[in-house]
Amino acid sequence: MTQQVPGPEMTTGQKFYVREVLQGLWITLKHTVRNVLNADENFTIIDYPDVKKVMPERYKGAHRLTTRPDGKVKCVACMMCAQICPAKCITIEAGEDPDDPVEKYPVQFQIDMLRCIYCGFCVEACPKDAIRMDTGIYEINGFTRQDLIHDKAYMKDLKAGKKPLAEDWYREHPEDAPPGYDVKAPKLREGY
Amino acid sequence: MDWIQIGIVAAKIGFAVAFVMSIVPILIWGERKWSAYIQDRPGPNRAQIAGIRAGGLVHVLTDVVKLFMKEDVQPTAAMKAYWWVAPLIPMIVGLMTFTVVPWSSDFAIPAHSFGDWPAADLTIPMQVARINAGMLFILAFSSLSVYGIMLAGWGSNNKFSMLGGLRASAQMISYELAMGLSVVVMFLVYGTVRLDEIAQQQAGSIFNWGIFAPTGFIVGLIAFLIYWTSVLAETNRLPFDLPEGEAEIVAGYHTEYSSMRFALFFMAEYAHMIVGSTLTVTLFFGSYNIPFLRPETLQANIDGVLIALGCLGIPVNLFFAWLAWKRRRRVFYLSIRPDDPRQKEPKFWVAVWTMAALASAGLAVLGISRWVGMHLLAAETAVLLLHIGMLLVKVMFFCYVFVWIRWTLPRFRYDQLMNLGWRMMVPVAIANVLLAGIWVIIRETFLA
Repeated sequence: MTQQVPGPEMTTGQKFYVREVLQGLWITLKHTVRNVLNADENFTIIDYPDVKKVMPERYKGAHRLTTRPDGKVKCVACMMCAQICPAKCITIEAGEDPDDPVEKYPVQFQIDMLRCIYCGFCVEACPKDAIRMDTGIYEINGFTRQDLIHDKAYMKDLKAGKKPLAEDWYREHPEDAPPGYDVKAPKLREGY
Repeated sequence: MDWIQIGIVAAKIGFAVAFVMSIVPILIWGERKWSAYIQDRPGPNRAQIAGIRAGGLVHVLTDVVKLFMKEDVQPTAAMKAYWWVAPLIPMIVGLMTFTVVPWSSDFAIPAHSFGDWPAADLTIPMQVARINAGMLFILAFSSLSVYGIMLAGWGSNNKFSMLGGLRASAQMISYELAMGLSVVVMFLVYGTVRLDEIAQQQAGSIFNWGIFAPTGFIVGLIAFLIYWTSVLAETNRLPFDLPEGEAEIVAGYHTEYSSMRFALFFMAEYAHMIVGSTLTVTLFFGSYNIPFLRPETLQANIDGVLIALGCLGIPVNLFFAWLAWKRRRRVFYLSIRPDDPRQKEPKFWVAVWTMAALASAGLAVLGISRWVGMHLLAAETAVLLLHIGMLLVKVMFFCYVFVWIRWTLPRFRYDQLMNLGWRMMVPVAIANVLLAGIWVIIRETFLA
């Protein structure tokens, strides 16, 4: 026998369930009629792959590297972000810029998105406002681990809708691909 | 019995099977789409044929493909014979019960309509088997479907299946009693157990319908409520789907079934819904009869009815065309690529509904021109089609109510289920039978 948990006592009318059932049916009927007449105005969900949600301004999405007016990245390879990163996912290789006798520049700047925890410490630590997470990109996916290593050329001025997924970008620009990336491997997914 | 008569019976059997089996996919679609609209979701909308998604109807086709392609897993410990035969029973029973349901008034063919045939006036009953047991046949057969579930539960050799089967047998047997008692009320009121006679007596005014128990009012209403609740329990639908109880016993009796064997259980559930709705309509809601139009009146004024139907169809179809046209402004169509095949969908549906409106206009013109009167048996055929259409409309409404109830009410706990069955419905049903008996005596003695 089931153990009875004391709850509100039902009146005799309620024990027949008729009125309560009709009340429930009336509510669901109202929803149905409203939705038939008004297509998707009341839907609380969106047709995901076709319609994409616009994230709020402060959403921490994929990283981007900001640029100077001359098109070079602002990053001076100071390694602050790599230092503070709790997931140790940022790899920077610093180099001397022949045009600029003062500052260093990153020859390589890679973020392993599989390790990244989106804490935003790199953005906070950066003295040059060179890295931001304001792209609003939340679809960070790929079929291989290499697909998910975002590198300098890809992250430069990355904006939602402006660049394809990293996977597709690396196929178009093999020179940007992270080491070990096989651009000739068969594609596992058609982009949409 | 000559070959023509055998052919007619075969055609009727084919129609009965087709009637049930062609509504099943629509209900599977409805279960998804109607539930989605109840819950403020768009529902199935990915599968498409050349960009036409038909509101998710294409998903039913993909389901069929999926179920045929899936591996049919057979548990090694299952009892082979029981396990093999179990999925067949609910489906067979569902189709068998449909055989005694009438779907139109008798179709009369006068002698020598087609040359020498028929030799004498021929009356074709529009029902597969006109047997005098009628509703008793249905009660006998529908109680057999519990065997399918019990055998599946026992034969799977799985504890969850076993529990599901036990629950199902207890539940279905309990509710069968209340259902039988509410049907008895209809037997008393109409004085017959034959569904075709019950259907004939329900012709004309809607106050001849069973729900008004002509017209002991409250008796019929109580009988209907008890019958409907029992049908929900008999079909193992929510709020009485204890036999499946996903939250507690995986999937109940069909846990071990996959591929087309599972599909048989799945389709049988919907076949039972259709049969349950059909019986509800036949007993309580005037069967195939069009409200306020007796079959004879209908046949005499068939042209007027066609004009009315056509005139009614034009605005209804245009309304749907307008809905489709309105939907082209959805965020969805603005977001997908301009060359996406789905872009042509709103135009396609506007075209379809406009053509339906034109067809309605054609129907009205058909009535006006009295084209029907000029052709042999055309009026009879029109009456037959109208009756089947009416039955279909009523049955679809009750199928919708099935889905509607499922997505509105939470599941009963097992003790609540048994309390409701034995302590509420059975006593009320017995009292209702007494009331109906008193009412019938009063009617026969004082009002006849």
